[in-house]
Amino acid sequence: MGMKNMQVSSVTNFGRSGLSDWLIQRVSAVILLLYIVCHSAIILSTPEMSYAQWRELFAGTTMRIFSLLTLLALCAHAWIGMWTVATDYLTRRMMGSKATLVRLVFLVGCIAVLAIYFIWCVIILWSV
Amino acid sequence: MLVSVYRYNPETDLKPSMRDYQIEIPGGKDLMVLDVLAMVKEQDDSVAYRRSCREGVCGSDGMNINGVNGLACITPLSDVVKNDKLVLRPLPGLPVVRDLVVDMSIFYKQYERIEPYLQNDDPVPAIERLQSPEDRAKLDGLYECILCACCSTNCPSFWWNPEKFVGPAGLLQAYRFLADSRDTHTDERLANLEDPFSVFRCRGIMNCVAVCPKGLNPTKAIGHIREMLMERGA
Repeated sequence: MGMKNMQVSSVTNFGRSGLSDWLIQRVSAVILLLYIVCHSAIILSTPEMSYAQWRELFAGTTMRIFSLLTLLALCAHAWIGMWTVATDYLTRRMMGSKATLVRLVFLVGCIAVLAIYFIWCVIILWSV
Repeated sequence: MLVSVYRYNPETDLKPSMRDYQIEIPGGKDLMVLDVLAMVKEQDDSVAYRRSCREGVCGSDGMNINGVNGLACITPLSDVVKNDKLVLRPLPGLPVVRDLVVDMSIFYKQYERIEPYLQNDDPVPAIERLQSPEDRAKLDGLYECILCACCSTNCPSFWWNPEKFVGPAGLLQAYRFLADSRDTHTDERLANLEDPFSVFRCRGIMNCVAVCPKGLNPTKAIGHIREMLMERGA
């Protein structure tokens, strides 16, 4: 039937399915929001934060897990978002036959940035 | 009134242009845009546009009227004309065949892809497949679509990925069959919509809802499809 031979496939998106990407995008957004709200509350309720207090805050296991979770959520969220932008605008329709190469280079660049960001953050988190 | 019409004949013109016509609008009545187009055609019979039923049933005369997609036959001048100027362009995003006539092939292809017909593997009953009034009511707001393409051609996601994103019109019909109690192919239908483009390119900006000449709500239908995909896959 018509639908079968026009089925859309994709191997570069985050979860291989539109549904999983959609869900991850929303769950990760909630995690990011919680992290922002939590830290805003801590900063606002501590009039003068000393370095020792700041260090102590991030040294705890709970905060480490929370920060790492947020970092993972950020990377997944950013990847899904950038992949979507790339497949909307860096396409054959927009720029002709060179589009696939441009898009792949752009996406590899995104992965590189996210990987560097992730490793760097882990080093920072575990150094306190 | 100044009527500015998009003109393009691929056989003779290098590129599209806007041509202006001065049209005397008779006082005392509110004409439809299609009536004005007929008056333009009297001045210049080379202007090409589609029309048929002239009462918003066939969906032939979808076009961009002063920047907003709509059916020329049921759009009164009083609704759209400002500063005594009317600008008519073809539906955005589709290839222009000539003037206001667009090639709707990709739009129909996406419609065909959602298999817009009842599929039921149960034995055929002697008379007809019955449906309760409650189940029938679920199809209200879905079956009325006339496929004029005003919504899909107002959707950026459809502009960027018309080969992969089904578009609001197709998805409204996809849900029309997903919601039908007599259809037994729900699972196959959903499986074919789960990829990152077909449904999930919808960003919910509701451009489709804003222009639908029949007052339908494709965004809501897309939300229901997402819920069904969630039920099935999460």
